[in-house]
Amino acid sequence: MIDQYIYDGTFEGFLTSVFEVYDRKPTRVKIVSERLVTVNFFDEEHTIYTDQAKSDRVWKGIEDKIGKKAGNLIYKAFLSEQSDREQVLLRIIKKGFKGENVTDNFADIDVLRLTNLVKIVGREKHRMDAFIRFRLTKDNVYFAEVEPDFDTLPLNAIHFKNRYSDQKWLIYDRCRNYGIFYDLKTVNYVQLEISNDINSSLAAPFYFTHDEMHYQDLWKNYFKSTNIPSRKNMRLHLQHVPKRYWKYLSEKQP
Amino acid sequence: MNFERIKEKLNILADAAKYDVSCSSSGSKRANKNKGLGDSSGMGICHTYTEDGRCVSLLKILLTNHCIFDCAYCVTRKSNDVKRAAFKVQEVVDLTINFYRRNYIEGLFLSSGIFKNADYTMERLVLVAKKLRLEENFNGYIHLKSIPGASDELMREAGLYADRLSVNIEIPTEQGLKLLAPDKKREDFIKPMRKVKNEIIQYKSEKKLIKSTPIYAPAGQSTQMIIGATGETDAQIMYTSAYFYKEFQMKRVYYSGYIPISHDERLPSIGTDVPMLRENRLYQTDWLLRFYGFSIQELLNKEHPNLETDIDPKLSWALRNLQHFPVDVNHADRRLLARIPGVGMRSVDKIINARRYRKLSWEHLKAIGISMNRAQYFLVCASSQFETKDRTAAQLKSLIMGTSSSKWRGAYNSQLNLFESNANVTVS
Ligand code: SF4
Repeated sequence: MIDQYIYDGTFEGFLTSVFEVYDRKPTRVKIVSERLVTVNFFDEEHTIYTDQAKSDRVWKGIEDKIGKKAGNLIYKAFLSEQSDREQVLLRIIKKGFKGENVTDNFADIDVLRLTNLVKIVGREKHRMDAFIRFRLTKDNVYFAEVEPDFDTLPLNAIHFKNRYSDQKWLIYDRCRNYGIFYDLKTVNYVQLEISNDINSSLAAPFYFTHDEMHYQDLWKNYFKSTNIPSRKNMRLHLQHVPKRYWKYLSEKQP
Repeated sequence: MNFERIKEKLNILADAAKYDVSCSSSGSKRANKNKGLGDSSGMGICHTYTEDGRCVSLLKILLTNHCIFDCAYCVTRKSNDVKRAAFKVQEVVDLTINFYRRNYIEGLFLSSGIFKNADYTMERLVLVAKKLRLEENFNGYIHLKSIPGASDELMREAGLYADRLSVNIEIPTEQGLKLLAPDKKREDFIKPMRKVKNEIIQYKSEKKLIKSTPIYAPAGQSTQMIIGATGETDAQIMYTSAYFYKEFQMKRVYYSGYIPISHDERLPSIGTDVPMLRENRLYQTDWLLRFYGFSIQELLNKEHPNLETDIDPKLSWALRNLQHFPVDVNHADRRLLARIPGVGMRSVDKIINARRYRKLSWEHLKAIGISMNRAQYFLVCASSQFETKDRTAAQLKSLIMGTSSSKWRGAYNSQLNLFESNANVTVS
């Protein structure tokens, strides 16, 4: 029989679950996010309530005993949202607490998986840095929508804060339904209702500044005139800008 | 702002600037200060890619395509019958800021046709950069194209506001230049380059004494050559290039396959293929010079004035120098390891690290990521299954080309994966 620890899907919730594993010492355990849980008659379910104090203790333990670098990798890998992440990370943390090297021992299958998760998250984060397109709203906020493959916004925050420190901006993750908002001082997590018509060209003048349409138009034109037809290579183009990102790229709008 | 008019200008002046391939936005150290706009302290970012696969990271435009000169290879030349336009200084500033704020670009690449004279034009380019920095508190990337013949004072000022400066040498040989750009003198390119080089050196030495010295062109200077317009050899191109790297401490030399744009009989006719494969081989050679410790004489010389198209320059060198092989992976120094075909610089580092713990075998090398179909003929390691036979260069070449992967053949079919911002050309 397996004990299923069901947590709320947050990183703090996951760390709390790790705390409980050390506290309760189950023989066989599986940490599962409540969004992915499936009922299984042979498993015993336990709900883990996110507890900031417990979570902090585990995090501090990781940073002190396994190292800051490992902590960073564990957090990034967690953002990958892959279904095996909790199990891999729990094993990594256990190994780390026992004193094993969990950052460069590539002979270890969990370390390889960790590295791999960090890599795919890093690539997606980088793509978001590149492909985010702000539109200036009438509230004077530069607004962008994204649908990243993984939960990368927490990693994007610093980049955009450094770059756009004199403008208010909001980057909204449509898949995960939360955004990061910079109010000229700090970056905060926010949730909003976004009207469905925000991306319709008819309603655009209602939400966005007058100049906004013009700048999008200029950018689209720029994108066209900078192309050299005699060197056209669509295969390469698609490799760099996969189709799934086109939806929010202003230069790719009709 | 009159957007219709701006749009028209942008179409004309972006179109005319697109043949310049130097588009990198990395290498600067300018961080955001005083809560201003922008930051160019990290790696450059490609925000999108053109349909031909080139990175778009900067707003690349001409200030004007009016020009008093008549260089045959240039769309902007006086005698070409095209629409002309000119941006006002403020228009370029506004476009840059507004594109940057929307996260379209990393900054500005500004070049220009020559109107009136070199200094008059250069002054305006500098003015754009100055306004961006001082009035807009802009810390994004700025690359200014220096106008050949611009004065030292202007070049000094340009470097105070720009991250990178470049003058395009355009044609690799002096005769070629005389033929195609009779108005231009080689000295007109060299002079601003020398000024920039000297300023950078001076900045570096002053910086040691006085912390507050204003930064000068932190991303250095670069230049570009058009390839295949004047029948020059690869050796001529690369010797020129090596000279620029050495003499002016260039950060990059770019090679731009000539795209036929005119019916001028001095030039390849319209419809002639762009020499993309050749361009790629030149970048690979450039890479070997900068990162692999090759000297130019080893790669190109009297007996070997042109690069081969069917194999990369490193393999080509190896086949001509079989006396250096096989290299013993467990003992050879860095320099020799880097010369094994199929072994890239990253693998060299991994080999050197890994062999401290154990003797490396065939399997280890594979795990490190070495492409064995080439490397196997040029190395020995701690594997008994490995055998070196005495083969001739021709035999080796046909063996390697016969077994090489589809990527390899793909490249030969000129389906090149080469324009990855020019930064990812790899030789291994
Ligand atoms: S001076 Fe420059 S812009 Fe003018 S024709 Fe020559 S290359 Fe073109």
